Amino acid sequence: MSVLLVAEHNNKELKPFTLNAVTAASQMDSDLHTVIIGNNCGDAAKKLSELPLVKKVIQVEAAHYENFVAENFAPVIVKLAENYSYVVCSANTFGKNLMPRIAASLDTSQVSDIIKVISADTFLRPIYAGNAFATVKSKDPKKCITIRPTSFDPCESSGGSAPIEKAEPSEEFNNTKFVKREEIKSDRPELGTARVVVSGGRGMQSGDNFKLITSVADKLNAAIGASRAAVDAGYISNDHQVGQTGKVVVPDLYIAIGISGAIQHLAGMKESKVIVAINKDGEAPIFSVADYGLEADLFEAVPQFIEELNKLNTIQK
Amino acid sequence: MKILVAVKRVIDYNVQVRVKEDNTGVVTENVKMSTNPPDDNAIEEAVKIKESGKATEVVAVSVGEEKAQETVRKALAVGADRGILIKADGILEPLAVSKLLQKIVEKEKPDLVFMGKQAIDDDCNQTGQMLSALLNWPQATFASKIEIKDKKLEVTREIDEGLETIEINIPAIVTCDLRLNEPRYASLPNIMKAKKKPIEQINASDLGVDTSPRIEQIKVEEPPKRKAGIKVKSVAELVQKLKNEAKVI
Repeated sequence: MSVLLVAEHNNKELKPFTLNAVTAASQMDSDLHTVIIGNNCGDAAKKLSELPLVKKVIQVEAAHYENFVAENFAPVIVKLAENYSYVVCSANTFGKNLMPRIAASLDTSQVSDIIKVISADTFLRPIYAGNAFATVKSKDPKKCITIRPTSFDPCESSGGSAPIEKAEPSEEFNNTKFVKREEIKSDRPELGTARVVVSGGRGMQSGDNFKLITSVADKLNAAIGASRAAVDAGYISNDHQVGQTGKVVVPDLYIAIGISGAIQHLAGMKESKVIVAINKDGEAPIFSVADYGLEADLFEAVPQFIEELNKLNTIQK
Repeated sequence: MKILVAVKRVIDYNVQVRVKEDNTGVVTENVKMSTNPPDDNAIEEAVKIKESGKATEVVAVSVGEEKAQETVRKALAVGADRGILIKADGILEPLAVSKLLQKIVEKEKPDLVFMGKQAIDDDCNQTGQMLSALLNWPQATFASKIEIKDKKLEVTREIDEGLETIEINIPAIVTCDLRLNEPRYASLPNIMKAKKKPIEQINASDLGVDTSPRIEQIKVEEPPKRKAGIKVKSVAELVQKLKNEAKVI
């Protein structure tokens, strides 16, 4: 019995975290199949078949799969799951929305957001906003697992040639209708996968002042993050939120500007390799996780920081 | 219209959680407990809908030990009409909770079920979706805006890419995000009034649901600690350290 990984994609391309999920799933059982559900998603299915770790791709297409509605996705996955011991996907909003619907239909107690595969049935997962790590053993014969993508490396993306099989779509769920999606397009690296993240908090005082964050991010080719306080205050949109209920990021460099460091924010960034904090309150909890802390008024320090960066001959991109 | 709101009692979000020395869990003795924060948003939204005249009754339900009654009582103090406590001890997994809630839904026949999108203790993010699967109802997760349109809801959801809007037919499940609204505080007179509102107590064992855990918790440990950092004195020093010591820029 093998693993069924649910691919995340936009009908044209795979979402980058699908590669991380493939790595995690392959550690549960190397007999790894993936299912891609969408509408005219042949290009993405082909990319999936090129991942060397993938042994088979199952492609399911129908117009009602165009917008990834969980109520439409779950029945087809539940049916396919008959032949598998594991159903796996990423613990981002796509997987969080979908997997419990599959698990309940299979009468399985889902294991959410694992950060390590310890053995075939035992996993490590953070609880209490990452203030504790639980080692848990799933006793269900069929396991439903979501993985924290940033805790697994992306798999090799070329060289494979897995067969692509078509499967029958399930019926449309008529009580849920997709209306629209408002995606904020940006030329910057994606927050979840960026090498450098520059984040602003309540200390920014206004949305306009977030220009300072943007300027630093431009210099470092960084993604822009934010604390919940900054999003709540309307300084920046929700897709930038880092934390327990936002995104979890593990960049090589995380720069927290005007962020006090509530437990809920630390949960989303404290695994970053190098953390910098700029805050005028020397007692702010952010300094307890910072490798380099600068106690200063951000409105003086950040323009200076940009100037210092300008003096450098080279900056890693 | 009747709205059922599920609320969970958890360690208060401001408490620094500590792992027990024997690694069996986290310390809960003498620790401040509160309503799971997004569950407060769920109650607030239900009460607002009732105040707008679009709902006639708001029922708060919690699953857990006897003390979870406090959480139901708090929901009553901010405007829920009556409460239900399903008494159960020990670890309850979201699958078990959703099966218990399914029994309550079958009995109460609400038009909408609201709850927080995630509990901040186990961080599972499952119960709402599981309940909607068991009932075969539509689900609107991570809701940051809800508009009632006759027998439909238009819900704006916070997703990784930005915002998504869906339309769902009633009956439906909505899991609430923290930005859905600003939960009110309970006033003293309302806290007093809430003491008179009824809370029905039901034993989980009487609902015919097997709640025994399917996941064995082998151990709970402290996460690895970060090694202590340093404070730099100037921006120039910071940039120099990032360039030459950490080698990240």
